[in-house]
Amino acid sequence: MRIHFKTSYNHDIRLFEDRFTLLKYAVLLAFAISLPFLIGDFYLGETTNVLIWAIAGLGLMLLTGQTGQVSLGHAAFLALGCYINLILLDKGVPFIVSFPLAGVLTGVIGTIIAIPALRLHGIYLAIATMTLSILADDIIVLTEPWTGGVMGMFPPTIDIFGFEIERWTTPDRFYYLVLAVTVACTLFYRNLLRSPLGRAFAAVRDSEVSAAAMGVHISRTKMTAFGISCAITGLAGALMGYFSGMVNNETFSVVISIQLLMMIVIGGLGTIHGAFFGAFMVAFLPQGLSIAKDWVGSGSVAIPGLETGVFGMILILFILFEPQGIYGRWVKTRIWFELFPFARKDMFKRQKSYLKTERLR
Amino acid sequence: MSLLEIKNATLKFGGVTAVNDLSFSVEEGEVYALVGPNGAGKSTVFNLISRFYDPVNGSINFDGHDLLAEPPERVADFGIARTFQNIELFDNASVLQNLLVGRHRHRKTNLLQEMFFTPKVRREEIAHREAVEEVIDFLDLQPYRNKMIAGLPYGVRKIVELARALASGPKLLLLDEPASGLSVEETQDLRWWIDDIRKQMRITVLMVEHDMGLVSGVCDRVLALADGAKLAEGTPAEVQANPAVIEAYLGVGAA
Repeated sequence: MRIHFKTSYNHDIRLFEDRFTLLKYAVLLAFAISLPFLIGDFYLGETTNVLIWAIAGLGLMLLTGQTGQVSLGHAAFLALGCYINLILLDKGVPFIVSFPLAGVLTGVIGTIIAIPALRLHGIYLAIATMTLSILADDIIVLTEPWTGGVMGMFPPTIDIFGFEIERWTTPDRFYYLVLAVTVACTLFYRNLLRSPLGRAFAAVRDSEVSAAAMGVHISRTKMTAFGISCAITGLAGALMGYFSGMVNNETFSVVISIQLLMMIVIGGLGTIHGAFFGAFMVAFLPQGLSIAKDWVGSGSVAIPGLETGVFGMILILFILFEPQGIYGRWVKTRIWFELFPFARKDMFKRQKSYLKTERLR
Repeated sequence: MSLLEIKNATLKFGGVTAVNDLSFSVEEGEVYALVGPNGAGKSTVFNLISRFYDPVNGSINFDGHDLLAEPPERVADFGIARTFQNIELFDNASVLQNLLVGRHRHRKTNLLQEMFFTPKVRREEIAHREAVEEVIDFLDLQPYRNKMIAGLPYGVRKIVELARALASGPKLLLLDEPASGLSVEETQDLRWWIDDIRKQMRITVLMVEHDMGLVSGVCDRVLALADGAKLAEGTPAEVQANPAVIEAYLGVGAA
């Protein structure tokens, strides 16, 4: 168990709590950078997929985990980011401009859509935002001249000042691009959490009435959360378009929205780690299932609904037995090892602590 | 001029008149208490000042500003901080984070600066932290600094809420039943703290309280309410001796 002797307020503000943590993340980053030399193209592609899902997860996590606003409309924002990027490229805008612009525009549109949605809470907000996902499908078909409708669009090769990135021919370059976006989004997210705005998000989540009494502008804070969340999601959407190689009205269906929400719940609500753990789950589950089917010996038989069924089962098990998700389990396991052999079985039971005076009453 | 001045405020919920033509003013530097039986409209008056409710008519002036022209979020900017009768803390955050939310009205950085965590954001964070640490020292909250609210006992939460209000550096502090649910010792502590808040920090206090021991111990003036209207106003002793007040609490003929 590590004990921190804090000697300045900076100690609580800085990104990594001590050198050991810094070292851990440096090793992780070095591992991520050296990954293309360690594994084959297929698994590199799968890892890229995990990272793209993680970016989308970070986007939804900010809104749902941090600010407490449930959204089932994020597939629409994925689509929005993807199509804005592709349409801009189509008009001759270079990737280096169109990609960030796709994020910013998705964020702005998300903020505007948030205005009527702000009056809704909980399940009502979830239903209202779900309509966005369903509408997105039709809007893509209706705006066929720009979006290609049912025929879809094919993302061109990414060109950054003559440096070409293509998902199939240069998967390692595409992987590095996604990794760079992931690291940037994670850093922005982390910075927000340690500044006043991040605390305002948590305040809105836990008690709107007292947040307002402390001078937090509720609707403005929610709109900001929607905006940032949609911007990150838009970036993920643009990358997802490149990853799938072809996008049409069915690429970003309402199922993607539901999967995203399930992903962050399974990963662990309100944590950055949770978005990544959840992304691993979502991206590797289909592969894991087909490997398992091979193993059982029924590899060629298609079982409809198996994937969604297993996914739903996992979600139910997590909500019942580990509401804090994979990240919660991760923290508990880590503490168990740190305290070894002194960890007790009931250490993480929610218990009420009593003051001396309360016990006497 | 008074710090807080409420004139002829009336608030109706459908057919129920919660506050009825109420006027009172709180002077700078005093401790003023609202007392009255349950349902008298004490907390409603607080919610009027916090702008959670709009009065049907009347005016509320604070420090030269017309509060009724402002949205609820601006009330804190003028220097009014409050606590709630049923504790309204941010449960999934630590005590420190809760107190830092109290500093929100002093936020000077914008979204972009915070995203990149510029040196200015860091400087501001340290300044907020220093202000919060003073409050932590004042209310002896050091052992709980990094504890989550969800695991804290009731008495501590009550004090954390007071601390959060103080962290915002207010001119006027609204305390909604600060002693409810506290033990005798804790109430005694609270009494010294309110005294110090007034004398050392020079913050004006307006509170709703049922514990008459605490009220007569710390308050300069008391306003007794019944059914949303003023019954009596004066020093604690005067109000306690007022026949109308005794009648409201105990019924006719009790005096």
